[in-house]
Amino acid sequence: MKKSYRIIVLAKQVPDTRNVGKDAMKADGTVNRAVLPAIFNPEDLNALEQALRIKDRFPGSHVTMLTMGPPRAAEIIREGLYRGADDGYLLTDRAFAGSDTLATSYALSRAILKIGDFDLILAGRQAIDGDTAQVGPQVAEKLKIAQVSYAEEILEIKKEKVTVKRRLEKGVEIVEAPTPLLITVTGSAPACRPRNAKLIMKYKRATTLSERQDISEDYISIYDDRPFLNLPEWNVTDIDADPAQLGLSGSPTKVKKIENVVFQAKEAKVLQDSDPDINWLMKELITNHTLG
Amino acid sequence: MNNLFVICEMDNGHVADISLELITKGRKLAGELGCSVEALVMGHGLKGVEKELFAYGADTVWLADDKRLEHYTSLPYTSIAKGLFEQEKPQIALLGATSFGRDLGPRVSSALHSGLTADCTALEIGEHTDKKKGKTYKNLLLQIRPAFGGNIIATIINPENKPQMATVREGVMKKEKCREPRKGEVKKVDVDKYIQPGDMVVKVLERHMEESKIDLKGASVIVSGGYGVGSRENFDLLYELAEVIGAEVGASRAAVDAGFADHDRQIGQTGVTVRPKLYIACGISGQVQHLAGMQESAMIISVNNDPNAPINQIADYAIIGEIESVVPKMIKYYKENSK
Repeated sequence: MKKSYRIIVLAKQVPDTRNVGKDAMKADGTVNRAVLPAIFNPEDLNALEQALRIKDRFPGSHVTMLTMGPPRAAEIIREGLYRGADDGYLLTDRAFAGSDTLATSYALSRAILKIGDFDLILAGRQAIDGDTAQVGPQVAEKLKIAQVSYAEEILEIKKEKVTVKRRLEKGVEIVEAPTPLLITVTGSAPACRPRNAKLIMKYKRATTLSERQDISEDYISIYDDRPFLNLPEWNVTDIDADPAQLGLSGSPTKVKKIENVVFQAKEAKVLQDSDPDINWLMKELITNHTLG
Repeated sequence: MNNLFVICEMDNGHVADISLELITKGRKLAGELGCSVEALVMGHGLKGVEKELFAYGADTVWLADDKRLEHYTSLPYTSIAKGLFEQEKPQIALLGATSFGRDLGPRVSSALHSGLTADCTALEIGEHTDKKKGKTYKNLLLQIRPAFGGNIIATIINPENKPQMATVREGVMKKEKCREPRKGEVKKVDVDKYIQPGDMVVKVLERHMEESKIDLKGASVIVSGGYGVGSRENFDLLYELAEVIGAEVGASRAAVDAGFADHDRQIGQTGVTVRPKLYIACGISGQVQHLAGMQESAMIISVNNDPNAPINQIADYAIIGEIESVVPKMIKYYKENSK
């Protein structure tokens, strides 16, 4: 009987599009990313929790974070470590910039092959900046492995069989699938555990080489003494990827045009919270057959 | 060859509404392109489904009817769609942005290395000039979708890779039967030719599907609540109003996220799109993502304590006040006047 599992969690740093204020859009209609806080994509946290639960149940299991983004996305790896992940990799290279979901999934699949052996890949169903839900299944196809999307709970793992509860739009499905397997987790799954104080102490100085560019010499030695504080950064060459399949030029989909959302404004008739006003309105709705 | 394909979805022995909506839209697009509309249906016990598809404008219906395809799983469905598309080389392939289409679509696009755009709200045919390459592409599928939480509208194209793939949410496009039903052709898909040995590894152990009793799409009057309603208890006032005036109850994403209402009541870009005769928006500020799902309502009444709430800009009537005070008055005066 298999006693431990190797799990890779795909996570993305995203602008918090849920709380977009008026200043989020620039006058030219583009998004002002600077004013939006960068957060851990919410459903990726649900996925991390499922991974950590497997580690709780099968001690010795290993959870690896994998993220792609600008250098500051190393924050995602640290957030994973603070909650119980074992290690993590940041894919970062200008050549990745502008990748659509297909190019992104290609890069992620190359990195997964470089990480090597795994039983499960867990990812959030979708990221809130694009809401496409495409990267998970596209990675699974690139790796030629099975997928289970919309997972709400991993019910059981026995040897190489995983039983998963899926939340679909019209109900629930229980499926059994073999490892290696990619699972995407929905927001209705249990929330992720908070950061652990001891792990924060352990990993607070965990950084990538680029983040360490300007720290003082005094600290440098700790990265030799404690190699787990060194967060690996991988570029295109590290993952042995074909640059022609990456970035803007390697993406089949192109953005032709971006427009601000404009709604046809009407002149609303303003009514007060008074008996005469609301009586008048309800009478009006009945008279013109909108109601009744 | 080079036609427009719709990968259809089955719902209780019938073609799902979303697939018929896509066939209707596909017919229009195919008309502009001068190509045919082909439907691919996978499943088991599909006898007769072609009639539904011909009525909405499919020219060809491909049936992959096999016991192994009774319940959807990603791998065999992907293998069939991939294999058939490699053979038929469609220029466009459309799917519903449902749990089925959002699982299958990306898998197929990844297998064929073709671009896929999720959750389109409009599809058009147009051209594009790539200034760098000095090349003009004619007859492209313009895939229009909200992005960035609904704050912008992006037009996406796949100039080089075919098929150009897109998913569309249910209710965004209208389904409409052809004036004259097509006398289409049925083609049997040789399932064994496409299914790979390792494809049947995922087993569906249990399925609990519920017919949702909530029919937002079909409701002619909707009472909808937002974060401003304040609590699940206050939402009861909306149910009461809906009951009295004969309406269905909807909710904004913020209200659903806050736990005031269930997920299947969500209206907006990531929920259902509705076009009722009357939409009563209670405590909804009017984020773009919500407006995108209800702006085509024939009449909009907003109930909000903020006179400057964005929703008031698209409302016909804006009642300024608290939900707890306004909604009971609406109930009272409806009852008095409808006697």
